[in-house]
Amino acid sequence: MKSSHQIELTAGLFLLLAIAALVFLAMQATDRGVASGPTYEISASFSNVGGLKPRAKVSMGGVTIGMVESIGLDPDTFDARVVMRISERYDNLPEDTSAAILTAGILGDQYVGLEPGGSPESLRDGDKIMITNSAVVLEQLIGRYLFNTDGDEQ
Amino acid sequence: MNPNSTGHRLFEQPLRELGRALLFLLTAISRMRLTRLQFSETLRQIYFAGVRSLVIIVTCGFFVGLVLTLQTYDTLTRFGAGDAVSTVLALSLFRELGPVLTALLFAGRAGTSITAEIGLMRATEQLDALDLMAIDPMERIVQPRLIAGLIAVPALVLIFNVTAIVGGVFFAVFLMGNDPVTFWSNMQASVELGRDFLGGMVKAVAFGFVAAWLAVWFGWSARPTSEGVALATTQTVIATAITVLVLDFVLSAFML
Repeated sequence: MKSSHQIELTAGLFLLLAIAALVFLAMQATDRGVASGPTYEISASFSNVGGLKPRAKVSMGGVTIGMVESIGLDPDTFDARVVMRISERYDNLPEDTSAAILTAGILGDQYVGLEPGGSPESLRDGDKIMITNSAVVLEQLIGRYLFNTDGDEQ
Repeated sequence: MNPNSTGHRLFEQPLRELGRALLFLLTAISRMRLTRLQFSETLRQIYFAGVRSLVIIVTCGFFVGLVLTLQTYDTLTRFGAGDAVSTVLALSLFRELGPVLTALLFAGRAGTSITAEIGLMRATEQLDALDLMAIDPMERIVQPRLIAGLIAVPALVLIFNVTAIVGGVFFAVFLMGNDPVTFWSNMQASVELGRDFLGGMVKAVAFGFVAAWLAVWFGWSARPTSEGVALATTQTVIATAITVLVLDFVLSAFML
């Protein structure tokens, strides 16, 4: 049988373990989580971001290299401005890299897919991607298809 | 009303029992005082209810995470959405499985032992002896166990969730070769701290309180015979399981 002192000590350790679990879950598994490692920021403007959400992944060639930091509306151009946080391991993305909003699978979330260009210059912290492809909005596609069909018949 | 009629047995007795349990709880709360002795006794009870339940919680948590990931990964990959496996794992754990399964395991492991201990104290007249020595058994026996349940269950839920996520990572990342960055970033993108995580913790606190209350009450009201103690122990598990599941539905409906 453990002594009273040992029991109290073990109970204290148990509560500390629970607090550590709380901090781990809150920081690692929820939307308040922090991306680990050093990063840099780039932005891109899209005419329509569709269902893109903050913290969506940014990938190049299918490899996740960062995540969406924030999405806002540019007050002058009325374009959606997407700020992305890219891992510093990938600090040599060509300056003429293009960005597109894609959907992962049928049920998957939307994410930003980067396509490398050929420029010898690299994107730096605070730079803006100039070539962008907006999200495909299904309603617009259907509308366009219907409109074109009507036009052909006439 | 005739005490032998069917209506009496069906409705009046359970209602009176519920009323007595509620009165018992209110008395325990109204006499609550945080003295040095109680603090030490509460820590001892946290040890018995929490630390001694760790093995079952950690083992079950790991395998629940493993199986949940295995099943959802298999289904989601058919739709080309294998990346969403961490989202399904975290949301189902935080919102439902973590609090509910932990409360059920707690009722089976710690609740029954609390009931049997207090029931046996009643049978061997230890509670009356405390009364004779002018020590309030409510303050000395009941309160530390109530507070311990209230603290130990949320702590166990947190540990259960962590080990289940470790089980999920083990399957998805180490066995199936998924990208760990995608795994974590998808989870972070879809789990809200307030609504999903803290909402689940509110459930954990409520379940801990109910599980401890029922365990203590069935021990306290047990008939002072060996058969009475055995019956009370069984009733604790049944009552806690039903109450936790009903309460889970009510709380989920409120939180949606």
